Amino acid sequence: EVLSGVVVITSKDTVQHQGISLTMEGSVNLQLSAKSVGVFEAFYNSVKPIQIINSTIEMVKPGKLPSGKTEIPFEFPLHMKGNKVLYETYHGVFVNIQYTLRCDMRRSLLAKDLTKTCEFIVHSLSQKEKLMPSPVDFTITPETLQNVKERASLPKFLIRGHLSSTNCIITQPLTGELVVENAEAAVKSIELQLVRVETCGCAEGYARDATEIQNIQIADGDVCRGLPIPIYMVFPRLFTCPTLETTNFKVEFEVNIVVLLHDDHLITENFPLKLCRM
Amino acid sequence: HARSRNYVSESEVCKLEPVPLDFGDYHPLKPITVTESKTKKMNRKGSTSSTSSSSSSSMMDPLSSVLDGTDPLSLFAAAADPVTTTATMDSTRKKRDKDDSSAVGNDFEPWSSKRGEILARYTTTEKLSINLYMGSEKGKATTTGSAVSDKVRTRLEELDDLEEGSQKELLNLTQQDYMNRIEELNQSLKDAWSSDQKVKALKIVIQCSKLLSDTTVIQFYPSKFVLITDILDTFGKLVYERILSMCVENRVSLPDNFSPECVNDTAKETCLNWFFKIASIRELIPRFYVEAAILKCNKFLSKTGISECLPRLTSMIRGIGDPLVAVYARAYLCRVGMEVAPQLKESLNKNFFDFLLTFKQIHGDTVQNQLVVQCVEIPLYLTLYSPAIDWILQCIAYRAPEVLLTEMMERCKKLGNNALLLNSVMSAFRAEFIAARSMDFIGMIKECDESGFPKHLLFRSLGLNLALADPPENDRLQILNEAWKVITKLKNPQDYINCAEVWVEYTCRHFTKREVNTVLADVIKHMTPDRAFEDAYPQLQSIIQKVITYIYDFSLLFSVEKFLPFLDMFQKESVRVEVCKCIMESFIKAGFSSLFLNQESTKDPVILNALLHICKTMHDSVNALTLEDEKRMLAALINGFIKMVSFGRDFEQQLSFYVEARSMFCNLEPVLVQLIHSVNQLAMETRKVMKGNHSRKTAAFVRACVAFCFITIPSLSSIFSRLNLYLHSGQVALANQCLSQADAFFKAAVSLVPDVPKMISVDGKMRPSDAFLLEFLCNFFSTLLVVPDHPEQGVLFLVRGLLNVIQDYTWEDNSDDKVRIYTNVLHLLSAMTQEAYIYHVDKVDSNDTLYGGDSKFLAEINKLCETVIAQILDHLKTLGKEE
Repeated sequence: EVLSGVVVITSKDTVQHQGISLTMEGSVNLQLSAKSVGVFEAFYNSVKPIQIINSTIEMVKPGKLPSGKTEIPFEFPLHMKGNKVLYETYHGVFVNIQYTLRCDMRRSLLAKDLTKTCEFIVHSLSQKEKLMPSPVDFTITPETLQNVKERASLPKFLIRGHLSSTNCIITQPLTGELVVENAEAAVKSIELQLVRVETCGCAEGYARDATEIQNIQIADGDVCRGLPIPIYMVFPRLFTCPTLETTNFKVEFEVNIVVLLHDDHLITENFPLKLCRM
Repeated sequence: HARSRNYVSESEVCKLEPVPLDFGDYHPLKPITVTESKTKKMNRKGSTSSTSSSSSSSMMDPLSSVLDGTDPLSLFAAAADPVTTTATMDSTRKKRDKDDSSAVGNDFEPWSSKRGEILARYTTTEKLSINLYMGSEKGKATTTGSAVSDKVRTRLEELDDLEEGSQKELLNLTQQDYMNRIEELNQSLKDAWSSDQKVKALKIVIQCSKLLSDTTVIQFYPSKFVLITDILDTFGKLVYERILSMCVENRVSLPDNFSPECVNDTAKETCLNWFFKIASIRELIPRFYVEAAILKCNKFLSKTGISECLPRLTSMIRGIGDPLVAVYARAYLCRVGMEVAPQLKESLNKNFFDFLLTFKQIHGDTVQNQLVVQCVEIPLYLTLYSPAIDWILQCIAYRAPEVLLTEMMERCKKLGNNALLLNSVMSAFRAEFIAARSMDFIGMIKECDESGFPKHLLFRSLGLNLALADPPENDRLQILNEAWKVITKLKNPQDYINCAEVWVEYTCRHFTKREVNTVLADVIKHMTPDRAFEDAYPQLQSIIQKVITYIYDFSLLFSVEKFLPFLDMFQKESVRVEVCKCIMESFIKAGFSSLFLNQESTKDPVILNALLHICKTMHDSVNALTLEDEKRMLAALINGFIKMVSFGRDFEQQLSFYVEARSMFCNLEPVLVQLIHSVNQLAMETRKVMKGNHSRKTAAFVRACVAFCFITIPSLSSIFSRLNLYLHSGQVALANQCLSQADAFFKAAVSLVPDVPKMISVDGKMRPSDAFLLEFLCNFFSTLLVVPDHPEQGVLFLVRGLLNVIQDYTWEDNSDDKVRIYTNVLHLLSAMTQEAYIYHVDKVDSNDTLYGGDSKFLAEINKLCETVIAQILDHLKTLGKEE
């Protein structure tokens, strides 16, 4: 694809310059979390950014620009070096994939060079292979839970439901249904927690961190028993991208169904998701 | 000397010549240019100008200028054509509407009318709190902008914990404060929007909708819902208009029925951005409300957007645990849905069915515990649902087929304790539908659980339906019996009267006075103990209103034995007077319509007595503090009544009625004036009946009438009504050959003239009185022409007296009024010298016959003339000097 647009220069007088150039940069910034490697290492050992794309073109040779508004159109082919892949734009906590376009105007020694940068967003082309829907049914009872200290103190409950698919198209919402068949304690709230799992690999090993992207409440208060409650969540733009696995880092997503009971019991059921763009 | 005149021949000469007119041409409103001036100008000599009638008619007719060319009527006629064309257009459009049934007609009761009702009904005296966190937000997507200004934050105390005493103090908002705060929020939303702080605006909306998840002070919840959805509506409108304005290309805005393809990308992107932002709102209830608020914006994105969104939002509500919160969310969705896409009935129905599924929650533990904490009784709690369910059902029932309604009813029946639903069904469905099944409904109501929804409300709702539509003929009595059996058992007078008020209408519509009487008796029985009626005046008043609208025959009305005892319940003066006014108004109205049917009713002693009593009540309410307007209204009503009363040929009875009325209504001057006029009229009526020849008996009667006037007039305070009435009554007396009485009237009038003040108040403004005085005097002069001289007084005693009074009256300096009057006196005097006067009173010898042109008499008049002319000349001289 081609990145195209115009550079607009406005000035009162004619402008003397030593050339105008455009630079396109794309990089993956990785950061180790303090949690997994310790504060100091995190501070010093931030992994070097991985460059995905970097190219420069000369737009205007040194010379003069007339006064007033000058528009210089440009087109930038997005060509990859070698067999590198163009990842989608993604803003996370430990992984950031960002693309910028920088315009520089070099000037004579007396005047400062002028620079302007702007971010552009990359969406990958839709994947070729067909997405297989992978519906999941689930049942949550005290017995299905792990990490329970005193199973006896738990109130009895039965929650059933299903997700339409864990293979999700990023532009389509996550859907499903959930039924509180019975619960001894009153339900306080049911939430969908969208979590990103970012893995950074490097020479010293790798760090894997899960952080919350967003939390969507689907039930508030003691809901009616036996009535299906819709599960519905729109994936936020920029903060999600198709699931990504490379040699250096991984970006994966999961969804947690969190049931909060009135006696402050917190029940969580985790589902890994596979996001893709169709 | 005055020229002698032959009035008969003069009038022959002065008459307009008849102008031949084609019948087709003739139109009373046509410009009168056709009738040219045919009047011969009379040669005026000396001071006579008396009878020159319309001197010219070729003057500009004010009417013609209006009618010229642009006749308003023809304009209307021209305008009528487009009306018919639009009508046909309407009909075609209607057809189209029927096809896609996309429009909501006028017969759909809009939300705005419910709004006030809810606000008035669901109130609280308890303290409320607004709980807003404008600070940090968890949903990241929404926190791109700045935090809301500190001002708002300090104003609306941020608070996490209600238990802390110090903070609770700050939160003790009364209901009015609360409403003001919400209004402030609404305003700050608009401000934020107009100052381009869209994120702040969104935050305000989110925080407001969050308030709807709070059910503390539950009895205020419906009102809270109303207030906050107002804000949401504002927000929805703002967003929609903003995006719409982005679609303006080349100054051409989108048509009303645009398709998504016409929307440009920027607008779509903005719209999408809104939806993404809203989708990331963490909490369920704000997310639902805000999305519903901008539902209409789906139109920009895709054609099917709304039809996909509605079912999703509908099922989203299932996540709301509190049944009350949920049902109001449904009501809001239905409301927005009806506004945006009324053709999508499916989701309306689904909303209702979902509600039915969650119905059992109301009796669940969670709700019950909450009620215990808040000390709210179940029946009260259930009534909180009514507005929402009513609204949902109303949306469903709107233009819905009968089958659907029947199905809905069946579904409601299946649920236990369905009183709440039943009530809503009755208030939302078509009245005809309900009325046709009234017996079924009564049966169902009877089966309802006693502890649940208050039964009297159910009967009230049913009664409201029956007031609008008629049940089948055969069931009518049974319905009344069944319903009244329950109503009469109601213990609480308020509940009782609310029900009874509604059912009275039904009773009046379909039954005779016997049943109405029974019902009224029952109401009296219920409302009398402990003076319960004191709290129910509005309802009692409306009962009266209903009774008199249906029983417009007053003889029938007063034969309802309990009617007057019922009136006795209105013991508060102001209400009592209101009620009396009502009755009198309808009596007068009914009187006019029955005037053509039978006059009997107006002499029925029972009615008269009752109405006199009512009028007396009205009259007695007048005191020093009564407003002028109020007095005028009361007087007008009483006057209307007096005019209505007629005993036919029984004049004596009539007079004695007037005498009684006078003693009753002595505080209202207009009534006294009316009485004098009525009595005068009576005297003239008598004269007419006797064809001018009074027998001894009628003469005595007429004298009694005259005496009545004579003693009544002095009690009036307005000097001009006194003057005019003296004159008028004098004329009547003269016409009835009561010469000495007439003389007395005129003397009284003359002696009253010096008392005329310089300024009088007309309609509350002070005006100089000279114009009125001038008018009166001219009138008086023309009467004096025919008044014969009193044998014992000197010649022209009255004229002289009047002249003296005029002479002595302090006139405005520099005004011509006095001279103007003198010229009029000259007219009078010259007319008096004629051999035969221009007019006479039948059977009264005027001075012309009395003196027969006696030279002494003429000399006397000449002397007077000289004096008068001298006065006029004097005035002219002073005028000359001034110049």
